[in-house]
Amino acid sequence: MEFYHFTEFPWPYLPPDDEFTSMRVNLPSSVFDPKIGADLYHSYLDQHKLADELGLNCMINEHHQTATCINSAAPLSVAIAARETKNARICILGNPAANLRDPIRCAEEMAMIDNISHGRLECGFVRGVPYELFGSNCNPTETSSRLWESVQLMQKAWSTHDGPFNYEGRWIHKRQVNVWPRIYQDPHPPIWMTGGSDVNHATRAVESGFTFTMFLTPADGMRKMFDGVRANLKKKGLPTPADDLFAFMPLLAVGETEEEALKYVQEVFWYVTNNKAEPQFRAPPGYVETPLYANFLSGRFSGGRTDAIRTKGMEYFRENGVAVYGTPDSVAKQLKSLYKKVGGFGHLIGMLHSGDMPFKHTAKSMKLFAEEVVPQIKDLGTVSSSLGPLKERGAPVKASKFNGRTDALAAARDSWFKKQTKKAKAA
Amino acid sequence: MASKTVQAIRGTSRTLKLPIADLFVQQFGSGAPVLWLHSEDYYELDLPLIQKLAQKYKVIVPWMPGYGKTDLPETVRTVDDLSYAYLDLMQKLKLEKVRVVGFSMGGWLANEIASKDCSRISKMSLVCPLGVKIGGAYDRDIEDIYYHPTATVQGFKFSNPKNDPMIPKELSEEEAFVLARAKETTAKLAWDPYFHNPTLKYRLHRVTAKTQFVWGARDGLAKPKYGRAYATLLPKSEFVSVPGAGHFPHVEKPDSFDPILEQFLR
Repeated sequence: MEFYHFTEFPWPYLPPDDEFTSMRVNLPSSVFDPKIGADLYHSYLDQHKLADELGLNCMINEHHQTATCINSAAPLSVAIAARETKNARICILGNPAANLRDPIRCAEEMAMIDNISHGRLECGFVRGVPYELFGSNCNPTETSSRLWESVQLMQKAWSTHDGPFNYEGRWIHKRQVNVWPRIYQDPHPPIWMTGGSDVNHATRAVESGFTFTMFLTPADGMRKMFDGVRANLKKKGLPTPADDLFAFMPLLAVGETEEEALKYVQEVFWYVTNNKAEPQFRAPPGYVETPLYANFLSGRFSGGRTDAIRTKGMEYFRENGVAVYGTPDSVAKQLKSLYKKVGGFGHLIGMLHSGDMPFKHTAKSMKLFAEEVVPQIKDLGTVSSSLGPLKERGAPVKASKFNGRTDALAAARDSWFKKQTKKAKAA
Repeated sequence: MASKTVQAIRGTSRTLKLPIADLFVQQFGSGAPVLWLHSEDYYELDLPLIQKLAQKYKVIVPWMPGYGKTDLPETVRTVDDLSYAYLDLMQKLKLEKVRVVGFSMGGWLANEIASKDCSRISKMSLVCPLGVKIGGAYDRDIEDIYYHPTATVQGFKFSNPKNDPMIPKELSEEEAFVLARAKETTAKLAWDPYFHNPTLKYRLHRVTAKTQFVWGARDGLAKPKYGRAYATLLPKSEFVSVPGAGHFPHVEKPDSFDPILEQFLR
């Protein structure tokens, strides 16, 4: 299993709760004080350096027009991490590919980052939460197909090395696509995608060889999705996907004692308690599948995942694997049990920081996690025996050592690429 | 009074397979043709006024694809695209001297149709039509129905939000599904550019039919000022205000609205 540290770069200093209706979309930027914000950026970027020193990887995301996340242009902080870290895999999760007007610009940014980091980029693409559609003004009914079209175009752009090609697709038109620099990893970095309730989308992601990720999802829901993907692939006659094609992010806190861990996780819990948004921001038409949207309109479904979990206590979170916290042994046990419960996953992203959690608390929690939890669970999970679409893979292989993805993937990538080259030559 | 009782006219309906999109079309009564173009909220599909008009006219009511009967094809991305299906429809039904009535987005559709080919149209009554950009880049001509809470949007649309026919309604699963699909369709056609076609206003001089703009004096979705400026873009237009009504005067003030329309259509 691979382990990633995550902070969402929050702006934690909010007006009194009754003075604003939404953290998202319409909270005025007067709430943000650059004199404090500048220091916050450095404190968050330092967390990536610390993760690297502790042998953890980093996950970095982006959101717009929100105090939950001031990392509004993730490639910038990913680029900084690429330079400031030495060993960590840097996972951007992700580029809002559905909302980007120019995916080729994104392909270029990722190619630069992959070079600067000597091939440590894990490249995620997201459709973006519904709130993002207001700032981006992207049509919610188009986001799913735009996401896939963008990603496929970027894959093509990264793996084309013989000069420009022309592209006139459904949503995107490009002339003379010729991405420089050539991306470091061949044919391109591992790709990740996120998802919620749409099992067909998740299946398509895994089938394409992408790592499918779920955030803060109760274990039952996650099991349903992961099982759904495995069942769909089986129906198609494809091999069982390795665990490294599934990732999960819970809230995570490790303390020397239960009390200390509880204190830390309550600090991380800020994200959940403060993540409020006006209902119409959560449900622009066409964002979710029609029956789900119909339930929202008729009142049969009122909130969302975040709403439901906001109203329930911390113990509920722990029971469902949404918050994993405790002493190192307890956390290792919880994660092993969660791994079993959902039928396996290969990447664990720990949301180890949120709100105004002091750096030293996060640092201690990260250190305990890296030094005392990771050794207990690093051998969990299988890794893909070859890169590329699932249909071209062999059987999954067992992860042999910590950071196994890096080695196993490098080997897999080489063999897959050799096969491709051979095939191309034969043709 | 028995003499005023209107005998209900049972309409006929069929689905026409047209090259651009399938259209479900209802038809009521007989006489000179009235083409009835419903709004994005489709209150007009069961408006009692249809029955009244059917005593005198052949009222033709196509349901926009995506609004409960047929699907909006992926190849139709804009109201501009959609208007060609309606031109095909008029040709197929051999309609001549048509009186077009269009509500809100249906009024936008009417202008898209008429600016391409006005030869089959004798006159148009447009009720709070959307579809053009009037103000500057920073002006919000049409209030944002996606950004504001439901109650605020109802306030934009109705002079008294309690007049929204949707409010007292408990939606069955099927109704909710139709509503969801309709809202998706509206978003497909009108999310961006928001409820307008940036180039439509530069071809409205081609609308040679006599056109009436009917506007709720208390329309908060698109203010009467927008409507007056819009009306001046058509060569033969007049502007009529309905006091006390919002964006759907035919729903809120039928007693004021119905005679205005009936007289114009005569």
